[in-house]
Amino acid sequence: MKVVQFWLSHRAELTGLIGQHVLLVAVSTLVAIAAGVPLGIFAARRPRLSAPLVGIANLVQTVPSLAMFGFLLPVPLLGGVGARTAIVVLILYGLLPIIRTTIAGLQGIDRSIREAGTAMGMTRGELLRQVELPLAMPSIVAGIRVAAVVGVGSATIAAAIGAGGLGEYIYRGLSMVDTTVILAGAIPAAVLALIFDGGLLWLERGLASRRRTGTRRLAAAAVAALMALVIVGSATVFSGRRAAIVVGSKNFTEQLILGEIVAGTIERETGLTVDRRLNLGGTLICERALASGDIDVYVEYTGTALTAVFHQPLTNDSSAVLQTVRDAYARTGRALLEPLGFNNTFTILVRGSDARRLKVKTIDDAAVETPRWRAGFGYEFLERPDGFPGLSKIYGLRFAEPPRVMDLTLTYRALASGQVDLIAGDATAGLISALDLFPLVDNRHYFPPYDAVPVARAATLMRHPEVRRALTSLAGTISAEDMRAMNNAADAGKEDPAAIARQFLERRLGR
Amino acid sequence: MSLPVPAIQFEDVSYTQPSGARIFDSLTLSVDTGEVMALVGRSGAGKTTLLRLVNRLALPQSGRVLVDGRDTREWDPIRLRRSIGYVIQDVGLFPHMTVADNIGVVPRLENWDPSRIQARTRELLELVGLSWDTHAGRWPNELSGGQRQRVGVARALAADPAVLLMDEPFGALDPVTRAELQREFRTIQSRLRKTVIIVTHDMLEALSLAHRVAVLDDGVVIAFDVPERIAQATDPRVRKLLDAVTLKLRPEQP
Repeated sequence: MKVVQFWLSHRAELTGLIGQHVLLVAVSTLVAIAAGVPLGIFAARRPRLSAPLVGIANLVQTVPSLAMFGFLLPVPLLGGVGARTAIVVLILYGLLPIIRTTIAGLQGIDRSIREAGTAMGMTRGELLRQVELPLAMPSIVAGIRVAAVVGVGSATIAAAIGAGGLGEYIYRGLSMVDTTVILAGAIPAAVLALIFDGGLLWLERGLASRRRTGTRRLAAAAVAALMALVIVGSATVFSGRRAAIVVGSKNFTEQLILGEIVAGTIERETGLTVDRRLNLGGTLICERALASGDIDVYVEYTGTALTAVFHQPLTNDSSAVLQTVRDAYARTGRALLEPLGFNNTFTILVRGSDARRLKVKTIDDAAVETPRWRAGFGYEFLERPDGFPGLSKIYGLRFAEPPRVMDLTLTYRALASGQVDLIAGDATAGLISALDLFPLVDNRHYFPPYDAVPVARAATLMRHPEVRRALTSLAGTISAEDMRAMNNAADAGKEDPAAIARQFLERRLGR
Repeated sequence: MSLPVPAIQFEDVSYTQPSGARIFDSLTLSVDTGEVMALVGRSGAGKTTLLRLVNRLALPQSGRVLVDGRDTREWDPIRLRRSIGYVIQDVGLFPHMTVADNIGVVPRLENWDPSRIQARTRELLELVGLSWDTHAGRWPNELSGGQRQRVGVARALAADPAVLLMDEPFGALDPVTRAELQREFRTIQSRLRKTVIIVTHDMLEALSLAHRVAVLDDGVVIAFDVPERIAQATDPRVRKLLDAVTLKLRPEQP
């Protein structure tokens, strides 16, 4: 059982992630209860309002969670990278089942019982507390159970914005194309869902238990303990003493390794405490996190910064691009440091077998074949002006059907298994050699340079000049071969990005 | 020097339901303190609505309902309802409370001391013929119909209200249990001397329990008198209700 081995070797990390996951779900579910039950009570009393309210809650539920995270990222107070945004999203998802079952529970109460309470001189509040809520409780708890179980699932996606939790393993596994790591996150998440569901059922039975006051007291104590845990936990999440430096990264193998290398270098050379917010869901999220100060540094690629961040036209001159990007960052309070040494440009990949059979070497060669081919691209590549739109124009590429959108990390497998015939990948991807893929030559020099360079907040560098020195010491130390080897160690060799980074740093220091 | 005021008075009361159905038109009626007044009429005659006007679950469109000499409009509805015991047609016991907790509802609302509530509950359970030990901890769904009805009466009496409203209290019971409860009601009433309005469609029950009987037909009181004289009424509508009773008393034909 590889998964068990993985858990055993990652015991401390696993415990931490489970703790984060439980906290995310517990905090958001409690807030959803605190908001949803009153909303449900309100709506149940005004039937004309309940339909629109449930409608809105329904609508929220249909927004894909990743899109919701995207909406919320730039919102002040609620948004940003980290647990806060995740909790807000999870609260929104939890509201619907709770509102709905609260309404159903209250409306299901026999009229004569309500009338009895009123006739005995109960005020509306007394009627609600002593009669309506206790009778609606089984229904409300059913809604809370649904909210909690949905929450456990949605919380795995929260890892995309650096909220932690078991989604870390799932995303890490996805970006490394490693089923073991995916399962290492997915299995405990499923178990957590069952525990939440069963625990809440037990709590409800305990609280409603008629004769055995012992159980009842125990259940009440459990509720109190949970509340205490959540208060303490959320206090640490929200006030959370921030480490001196927070390192971010995007959500693919190379970025995880680079994030670990940057973090490790700062730790080793400055002694400052470093938080890792790795595996953030893409360029946009990293950029916003850096702009808002949620992270202090991450590794960006010059071409990506030029087009995706600063929306400027492409050029093929790497030093000109570097200078333009450096100036643009400087104007917005960020500092672009020295290039790490390799250029991770896009590369167009086909299966090695196809390349040999059809004698295709360049993208021009391939353009002859593409009308019979299907293409699969990551979302970013499909949308970015320096991605597919420009490429198809310059090479006149046409495909049998519109290119499919797929997760960047899945495109290599999709190509190797024949689901698509052409993809855009990273020049440093370890899977290229592992899966016998063939990188086509960009004979028209379409792709601009993508030199990997750490970018940091200027304020942070001012506060800690030693961080600038540490990061500059990395200049030119990682060649394209180094990077491909490290990527391959992670993707094919299933090694831990942190371990790969550690080996790299030790080799470097030893040299 | 003030004259004794009737406990409950209806003065020229008209009431139209929100749906537009007219229930009462210029109804005038009074119930004296300590009196048991039975309100008889066919289903849909507006008997329950009349009770709802007393504890201000409904307000008349015109005319006044006076409780203890005061217009129900001027009463704080919560205070008014807590000083009136209400035995509901389908009992309306709270299914999530034990028998003892059901009986103690109004005392708890009134913030009585827990030991006083317990003493009162025990006293009332015994008054309605149920033992504390076997019944206090039971749940409503574990009781027979007759037991539930007894608990309903005990609950209505809990805070010792001066007025008791009873809506078809023995309606859903089998004839034997019904007769038993009617007998016990008379015993209890002879001790407590509450002002009682009891609503029933059963003329026999009305004649045997009440000091005075009001017959309601189509929103109008067509007879209001002591049982002896109601029994001899000549009004055909009253006779019809009486005939139903005599028919019932006649042995069944093979």
